[in-house]
Amino acid sequence: MSSPALVRQPEDSMPATALAEAGPSPAAITRPSTPPSFATLGLRWYRLNRAGLRAAAIGVISLLAFLLVWHLLTTYRVVFFVRFTNVPSPLAVYDSFVKAIHDPKFLMHILLSCRRIFIGFSLAAIVGVPLGLIMGRFKLVHEVIFPVAEVLRPIPAIAWVPMAIMLWPTNEQSIVFITFLGSFFPILVNTLHGMSLVDPVLVRAAQCLGARERSIFREVYFPASLPHIFTGLTVGMGVAWVSLIAAEMISGQYGIGYFTWEAYSLVQYADIALGMIAIGVLGLGSSLLIRGAGQLVMPWRST
Amino acid sequence: MSEMLANTSKGHIEVRNFSLAYETIEGPVQAVTDTQIHVKPGEFVSIVGPSGCGKSTLLNAVAGFLKPTTGVVTVDGERVNGPSAERGMVFQQYSLFPWKTVRENVEFGLKMRGMPSSQRERAARTLLGLAGLEAFEKQYPEKLSGGMKQRVGIVRALATGPKVLLLDEPFGALDAQTRVIMQQILTNMWQRLKISVLFVTHDIDEAIFLSDRVYCMTARPGSIKAEIPIPLERPRQQSMMMSSEFLALRRGLMSLIREESLKAMGGEITDLGMQGLNIELHGHSLADVI
Ligand SMILES: Nc1ncnc2c1ncn2[C@@H]1O[C@H](COP(=O)(O)OP(=O)(O)OP(=O)(O)O)[C@@H](O)[C@H]1O
Ligand SMILES: [Mg+2]
Repeated sequence: MSSPALVRQPEDSMPATALAEAGPSPAAITRPSTPPSFATLGLRWYRLNRAGLRAAAIGVISLLAFLLVWHLLTTYRVVFFVRFTNVPSPLAVYDSFVKAIHDPKFLMHILLSCRRIFIGFSLAAIVGVPLGLIMGRFKLVHEVIFPVAEVLRPIPAIAWVPMAIMLWPTNEQSIVFITFLGSFFPILVNTLHGMSLVDPVLVRAAQCLGARERSIFREVYFPASLPHIFTGLTVGMGVAWVSLIAAEMISGQYGIGYFTWEAYSLVQYADIALGMIAIGVLGLGSSLLIRGAGQLVMPWRST
Repeated sequence: MSEMLANTSKGHIEVRNFSLAYETIEGPVQAVTDTQIHVKPGEFVSIVGPSGCGKSTLLNAVAGFLKPTTGVVTVDGERVNGPSAERGMVFQQYSLFPWKTVRENVEFGLKMRGMPSSQRERAARTLLGLAGLEAFEKQYPEKLSGGMKQRVGIVRALATGPKVLLLDEPFGALDAQTRVIMQQILTNMWQRLKISVLFVTHDIDEAIFLSDRVYCMTARPGSIKAEIPIPLERPRQQSMMMSSEFLALRRGLMSLIREESLKAMGGEITDLGMQGLNIELHGHSLADVI
């Protein structure tokens, strides 16, 4: 390969000094002259992460305060509009937690719920994201599907329970179906929204670099919509849990939602709180997973 | 690769009997009428004119984004039907892909052509080196300064070896010092590549400093009011901007544009009317300042 024409000319009239002035030399930033000691590094780390540390400290204090208030309210069985007479104390819940983690049945409830979320949510993402992308790009598909989606979208997933039981042969399938429905619409709508916000100038830039329709779709529309797709996935995951728990409470035989409801029927009050906390932790964990995936997929957005 | 980067002999742009009207609810808006321009192979031509006169419209039609209502745009005798890698474009808003690193941005055009990744990586590195950006190849555009972004924009447009380079106020968002440096870099690349350039700006100094020829457009509906050859010798230095030759060209263009700008703001305000007002601003009359 011969050298490009740009290099061949010997008389380099590009002002080197001017170029140096145009931007800070990266070497100057990344390579300080003397290696810093651990103390200075530590200090620097502290300075850079001060805001984060502060938030973490306050967060821990606030959680402890919550536990303390809960403890006091239940120990003194406060009745003030709401009745804390039968509400389990944090320690009682902890006891039932210790019991539960050694109980394979409890673990099975959790695993089954996770499996339903995984299947329902994955299906919603696998269908919702591509459908949103295609609807955003092809007017006809949009015109055909959008009205139907708009009519179905406001129906809460819980309202689908009777219909789902009729539609699907097994309970398991109808619960997964309801989880799917709950997460499907937020994913679809956000993907569509992302597509509608793609900067047309970027599309033009791609076009005059020789990109054809398919490449523009893959290289411009898709990455440009990713932030909104991930918003949709996050919201969808939240709604998936809401729908799942509702479905499990109504028609399930297993699952953490069923566990919580059953605890109420069996008058095991500590298990009610345990079920609720488990749902909260699982929901939090799954949205953290999505956030992590988002950062992996969109490295340009993490600062 | 030399054949790819140095498109020597070709790049003849011709715009004939051109007019373009935008369809709006209130009816067609005539943006450009009855316009003839041409850019010879290897020539650097600028278009100046008052705001809203249709400079971008004309340039976008040459790029192939807009279809002329009447007339034709040809490059080397071939009719322009749509955007293509033959006509590189640099945008005022930089328009780098935020999800691609600097190098991936530069590689984009080569990737679209199906060049294998190791080869295009090498090409992109070479080009980035020439623009003084090799150290930033792995950065995402967001982290770069405006001047650096636009250097990437120019290099990206040149990477595929287009016949012509179209620039729409590429330095409009940059500060004065960076602007001057960018002008030097652009001139430099243009001279090495011998590529035809069509450059839209509203900065008269910039137009004179860079160009072989300047077209001055009338207020909307835009058409060519004057065509001014710039006989300044090359290579041009910043100091030339003080020469009497430069200043004479500047005065000429300035008065042409001022006439049109005043027209664009509404026919009532005339130079004479301004002088009649006789408002003093830092020792200049308002008429002189405008
Ligand atoms: N999509 C559009 N629909 C209707 N009118 C438009 C459209 N785009 C531009 N125009 C009008 O056409 C005229 C020419 O626009 P154009 O953007 O080409 O001007 P310009 O010379 O580039 O202006 P500026 O110096 O502000 O960039 C303007 O008056 C503008 O209002
Ligand atoms: Mg414009």
